[in-house]
Amino acid sequence: MSFLELADQYQAFDFPGYFSGVTEHDVTTSLNRAGDMNRLGPTDLLNLLSPAAREFLEPMAQKARDITLQYFGRTIGLYAPMYISDFCANHCTYCGFNAVTDFPRTKLTLAEIEQEAKAIAGLGIRHILVLTGEAPAKTPIDYLEEAVSILTRYFSSVALEMFPMTEADYCWLNAAGADSLTVYQEVYNQKLYNEVHPKGPKSDYAFRLLTPERGARAGLRALNIGPLFGLGEPMSEAFMAGLHARYLEKEFPNVEVSLSLPRMTRAEGGIAPKHLLSDTGFVQTMLAWRLFMPRLGITVSTRESAGFRDRLIHLGATRFSAGSKTDVGGYTVRNPGAIDAAGTNPDTTVQFEITDTRSVGEITQMIRDSGYQPVFKDWEIF
Amino acid sequence: MKITLNGSVAETDSPDLAALVTAKGIDPCALVIEHNSRVIKQEHWGTTPVREGDVIELLNFVGGG
Amino acid sequence: MEDMLTLGQKTFSSRLLTGTGKFSSKSLIGPMLEASRSEMITVALRRVDPTAGNEDSILAHIPDSVTLLPNTSGARTANEAVRIARIAREAGCGEFIKIEVISDMQFLLPDNHETLKATEVLAKEGFTVLPYMMPDITVSRQLHDAGAAAVMPLGSPIGSNRGLEMRAMIRRIIDTSRLPVIVDAGIGKPSQAAEAMEMGADAVLVNTAIATAQDPVMAGEAFAMAVEAGRMAFLAELAGQHHAARASSPLTGFLRE
Repeated sequence: MSFLELADQYQAFDFPGYFSGVTEHDVTTSLNRAGDMNRLGPTDLLNLLSPAAREFLEPMAQKARDITLQYFGRTIGLYAPMYISDFCANHCTYCGFNAVTDFPRTKLTLAEIEQEAKAIAGLGIRHILVLTGEAPAKTPIDYLEEAVSILTRYFSSVALEMFPMTEADYCWLNAAGADSLTVYQEVYNQKLYNEVHPKGPKSDYAFRLLTPERGARAGLRALNIGPLFGLGEPMSEAFMAGLHARYLEKEFPNVEVSLSLPRMTRAEGGIAPKHLLSDTGFVQTMLAWRLFMPRLGITVSTRESAGFRDRLIHLGATRFSAGSKTDVGGYTVRNPGAIDAAGTNPDTTVQFEITDTRSVGEITQMIRDSGYQPVFKDWEIF
Repeated sequence: MKITLNGSVAETDSPDLAALVTAKGIDPCALVIEHNSRVIKQEHWGTTPVREGDVIELLNFVGGG
Repeated sequence: MEDMLTLGQKTFSSRLLTGTGKFSSKSLIGPMLEASRSEMITVALRRVDPTAGNEDSILAHIPDSVTLLPNTSGARTANEAVRIARIAREAGCGEFIKIEVISDMQFLLPDNHETLKATEVLAKEGFTVLPYMMPDITVSRQLHDAGAAAVMPLGSPIGSNRGLEMRAMIRRIIDTSRLPVIVDAGIGKPSQAAEAMEMGADAVLVNTAIATAQDPVMAGEAFAMAVEAGRMAFLAELAGQHHAARASSPLTGFLRE
């Protein structure tokens, strides 16, 4: 059974009804089971995401921290994003790059990609996340293959955050040197998904949902998924994402699965987020995921503020982006001399606002000061 | 005269505590004496008279947990 | 920076307290103290036994560098404990007193109520009071308010060698106590002493297990190593261990700010 069928089973699930009926006893029972050889089930995950679990954040945090230390030690992986194209045919109502937003679109030439790569690698980064909008005509597969090849010369891990592709495409890119795939479902609730993705290739819910599986079958060794918090009701979305991660872990035992918590914090792309995820809800989600899946990677980007990210180190986060620029060519091409400077050029169009504008150096220092080791290079493809 | 010694009634004719200790054949070295609810230091044993009805405890330190 | 134990006005580098009870021979006490490096040892006060002959005093076997901790064993009420304490101090034993008030002859469990009363009186008289108690968070707080210098919750009943039967409650006392916590009674094996120290106890008191071992001197050394290992493990903050001196919500408190 693919994840689509599993997700289908929950489309009509009465999340508000279940959540409101969760008792303290339910929460403590689930919490006590966490960390044992005895794994938590979907019901436990629901309990830990419920309002009743809010009273237990500290014990959840203590346990989550211990589990993270056991499985990840005191390390935080670092990566940086590189946007190579902001052409996009989708009409996602919430995104700064969507087709109806008018701004000068660009795509980097291969030479520019190499220039950006050199600059980012110069900061110490060894894991790169390469991003594009969804416009295959602008970024055809051979362009992407070439881009990946270039990147493998500067980075030991190349992760893709582009648009859902076929298994064959992922095979090509894997052969070119890509090893990881990031694809956010945005919204697991299908009805809501259809509302916010009215037009363009992204309106195909099922194709997007099954992307991680295609990537895994094509040989990619790491999958990063997650909802975009702010679109759907956060805790039910967190549940579905957790279920998705567990499914992938089970189906593809040789693949590393991680979850992210991208969250909308204000009106982006013209609409205010329907369901703001509070800091408390963010932490509760992270903790519940960690308890549900001890070996799950948890990635936090520079969308989140410096102070908040600093706390998250002790709450189970395992990977941070650092020194990020979220505009195409943002490191050197668009802003010569801007590499490692705080923030982005105000004239450029970014996919999302960066809140933690610290440099790579500052972030690695903070990680060390927190008693953790920043890890730039986790592995190397031979 | 009759005194209470270590919780029991006893007969003695010792005039003072030092004499009492000698009479009982106890090594004075590690001995603690409580005389009428007061601990009397060893240097004063010779000058502390024993009278009828006195309550005297002869104590020492032993092993204990 | 040395990790010293402070009790009253004194500091100690050893966190193993020992006892003089139950040894087959007093002559083992000196060598045991040397092997265990213990710096505080308990003694009891008893009526002289005229039939015992003139043995040397137990005090002769305890070096001057070791602090005496007379206990009030035998006392069944606060008044009796106070009396014994005053006698011990008058006899030149120093300011330390272990309050042990037991009215339960079946299991030798301490009477917290009488212990608290005795602590109040003796603390006011300037004693450094170490009360032996049944683990109870409320009584632990009351002992602090009464002026005790530490609290000594039992691990398991005296002589039972059952280790930390009371571990759940001891953990709570360690978490909430503002005084040093010395686990006393019931520790039968070095691993149990190590366990208490790993949990965050400030010290342990071991008597029976050492005194009744086939080789008490070696046992004393074993316990010393276990106490050191447990303490180091606690200080090293092993993953999965939780420590007494921390805020109530150290990881998520910031969400409420």
